[in-house]
Amino acid sequence: MLQVSLYRYNPETDSEPFMQDLEVDTGGRDLMVLDVLEMIKASDPSVTFRRSCREGVCGSDGVNMNGKNGLACITPLSETVRNNKLVVRPLPGLPVVRDLVVDLELFYQQYEKIEPYLQNHNPAPAIERLQSPEERAKLDGLYECILCACCSTSCPSFWWNPERFIGPAGLLQSYRFLADSRDTATEERLAKLDDPYSVFRCHGIQNCVSVCPKGLNPTQAIGKVRNLLLQRAT
Amino acid sequence: MVTAVTNFGRSGVADWLVQRVGGVILLLWLCFAGAILLGNPDLGYQEWKAVFEATWVRIFSLAALLSLAAHAWVGLWCTLTDYITPRLIGAHANLLRGVLVLVCIATLFIYVVWGIQIIWGI
Amino acid sequence: MASIRTISFDGVIVGGGGAGLRAALQLSQSGYETAVISKVFPTRSHTVSAQGGITCAIASMDPEDDWRWHMYDTVKGSDYIGDQDAIEYMCSVGPEAVFELEHMGLPFSRTEQGRIYQRPFGGQSKNFGEGGQAARTCAAADRTGHALLHTLYQGNIKNRTVFLNEWFAVDLVKNQDGAVTGVIAICMETGETVHVKSRATVFATGGAGRIYASTTNAHINTGDGIGMALRADLPVQDIEMWQFHPTGIAGAGVLVTEGCRGEGGYLINRDGERFMERYAPNAKDLAGRDVVARSMVQEILEGRGCGPEADHVYLKLDHLGEEVLQSRLPGICELSKTFAHADPVKEPVPVVPTCHYMMGGIPTNVQGQALTQDSGSEDRVVEGLYACGEVACVSVHGANRLGGNSLLDLVVFGRAVGLHMETALREGIERRESSESDLEFSMTRLNRLNRSQSGDSVAELRKDLQNVMQNHFGVFRNGEFMREGIGKLAELRERIEQVYLPDKSQAYNTARLEALELQNLMGVAEATAITAEQRRESRGAHAREDFQERDDHNWLCHSMYFPAEGRVGKREVNFAPKSVETFQPKMRSY
Repeated sequence: MLQVSLYRYNPETDSEPFMQDLEVDTGGRDLMVLDVLEMIKASDPSVTFRRSCREGVCGSDGVNMNGKNGLACITPLSETVRNNKLVVRPLPGLPVVRDLVVDLELFYQQYEKIEPYLQNHNPAPAIERLQSPEERAKLDGLYECILCACCSTSCPSFWWNPERFIGPAGLLQSYRFLADSRDTATEERLAKLDDPYSVFRCHGIQNCVSVCPKGLNPTQAIGKVRNLLLQRAT
Repeated sequence: MVTAVTNFGRSGVADWLVQRVGGVILLLWLCFAGAILLGNPDLGYQEWKAVFEATWVRIFSLAALLSLAAHAWVGLWCTLTDYITPRLIGAHANLLRGVLVLVCIATLFIYVVWGIQIIWGI
Repeated sequence: MASIRTISFDGVIVGGGGAGLRAALQLSQSGYETAVISKVFPTRSHTVSAQGGITCAIASMDPEDDWRWHMYDTVKGSDYIGDQDAIEYMCSVGPEAVFELEHMGLPFSRTEQGRIYQRPFGGQSKNFGEGGQAARTCAAADRTGHALLHTLYQGNIKNRTVFLNEWFAVDLVKNQDGAVTGVIAICMETGETVHVKSRATVFATGGAGRIYASTTNAHINTGDGIGMALRADLPVQDIEMWQFHPTGIAGAGVLVTEGCRGEGGYLINRDGERFMERYAPNAKDLAGRDVVARSMVQEILEGRGCGPEADHVYLKLDHLGEEVLQSRLPGICELSKTFAHADPVKEPVPVVPTCHYMMGGIPTNVQGQALTQDSGSEDRVVEGLYACGEVACVSVHGANRLGGNSLLDLVVFGRAVGLHMETALREGIERRESSESDLEFSMTRLNRLNRSQSGDSVAELRKDLQNVMQNHFGVFRNGEFMREGIGKLAELRERIEQVYLPDKSQAYNTARLEALELQNLMGVAEATAITAEQRRESRGAHAREDFQERDDHNWLCHSMYFPAEGRVGKREVNFAPKSVETFQPKMRSY
């Protein structure tokens, strides 16, 4: 029997959150954490979490498992359980709506702030805009972000300043557009980032890199944004 | 673009550069001072004084002092705006941070003035 | 009845997947106040899981490529019950729609010439089936759906579409004249029930693959749009046509793109034989999905399956080499390692046909307006309602969808809906009024759930439903067995109507949501079952053991399921494209 400790909070009935201890019979199988949550929910429907694709591409089920953020659907028990114990908490640093569901509003606001859409001042051609495979390769490791918020909610700088520091996810996307050969708004984008908070609150802690379920490297992207800002200033 | 009134530079790049360039100057100065200490095992006050009477050493030391102050200011300002915020400690945080910022500025100012007196007073 | 809060928009789009976001984008660009109701944050919609690409004759890999060839393939793939005017529209407008996506920033993979990379997919040919395999599927590695959905969401941010995220649409509001005036929706965070009024409502709610126990579909694919339409007494078309994707990872159900076979992978049985050479000598592994899925099941039934239970076959990819796999199929490598514990670079992936796509849905015309039939079996537009994407049946997929055509379907018809709404709104559709009594039906259903004291649990009922569908309405079907399934469903319907909701709280109550979703699943399952039993022939994805031949005399037509009577009717297929000759039905072989 797997020992599960689950963060519970229902704003209508609980004055404060608590940890609920449960036992789950996994039948010795190496299930995904999401499977365990689904099993718990089948017997107690009030257990609340987000989930959608269950294959690690939609980014719904970012949670904190045994202290580390990740996607429940692609985290096998063997990867996270130690001493037969699984502790599941909501992503840290954001307001909890209920149980494992956090309010991601601040996270999305930071994403929107970087103007996450291609901007090109020239009229579009009748076919596609051409881009060489080499130029396109610069977007690899950037466009794959699924906005699961695992990185930003593992970042102390984002915990302290979620209204002002864009955070690793937003900055990764910021660089995705700065790096795109088809985007012509580099100067405008950089001008909006040059303040003491938006980019420069990154202190290279690299929690974002260690938790990203897609294996992306936001710290490296932030470094590249910073270099562009430096080039622009000097 | 986030604006912050208490930040002097108002620019992330400027702050970042100041800390890095200041850091390099501090490192060079420490190497310089360390080399003197290690290279002269029986260093006395007179020898030390002689070194620091040279104008270039005074300028170098002044640069190191200002770098230290700037470096400390950026770091402290960052730390204060990380931890002394309404989000973490409640509504009185802005007032408290204002006071602490003033204390930091005053302290750094005093150290800088005092440091200049020492460097040029030798 | 207590009155509920009402909010109003020019256009309301239910569903934040590819089709919904494309329609919303078109409409908000035109300046109309547009709201998207989505039960998940839009980029969590199932479009994100689409892998291989978007099929379209943009003439990048082959400068001679022609949309008419694509049209021919699609008509043939549909086993001739795809509407040729709709297919003509999709294939001819497609390039424009794809270039628009590229201009919005979609990070397509590229050719050396800097153009969009295209890969071969199943059922594709050049020169009307005479010129061999074509490469027509535009790809962003094997994450095309992800790239497409994020690009569309970004476009909507740019154009300031209003998003009602994590709102769940419960029911359509139809007034006494039969016109749709909006929807009833629940804001999940607060539990508030709200009447969302609109001058025009779009259903882009996606598929319902969760009616089956084994599916590539996300948990959220519960056929909410179909459920709502059926409760509003609107018919659904060709709902018996369910695509089983040949390559779902055995056990997990997770999709492995057809692009694997497009890039040169192939299926093998336990003897290591490339068995598709026997079933489809020309196209082999790139035959239509229905053909490949049936061949795989045949191999398994005849004892040539792989694994200790001989219940799957293998997809062999290792011969493609690590470099090709990493650059063209990086997501597949990841998924295979996670869910099949097999590294495609070194070993084959265990795969089995898995429920994937609903070809049927709400019948619409080419502009996306929802249709019903009047008593004389003539088409009649449902005022105020549009549908696009998987929930709609235009129909461009007929009895079998070709790989890569779903993404094209949703951008082309999402866009078409937006364009038509824009014109209609400009010409001044009035805001149709509805009365409190129009809301009553839906409120009664919600209230029953909120007052339920006993009954079976959602999890239990859902499992039962999925098992009935899996066992009685799978790849191969037969009449007797289906009738048994229909009986089981009838019994389930009563239990599902009386489902017990133990958690009555308001804040983010996913238990309530799942109960409502279950009722939608029930509607889809029942419509599927009854229609499947009635269509007494084998066509496309609908393969019957008791009627093994295609019957063009009786069934070269759409099926129409009318929920009030549980009756199955027929509707004519369109054979009148505007700019090309009609493709006449012929034997379909690959």
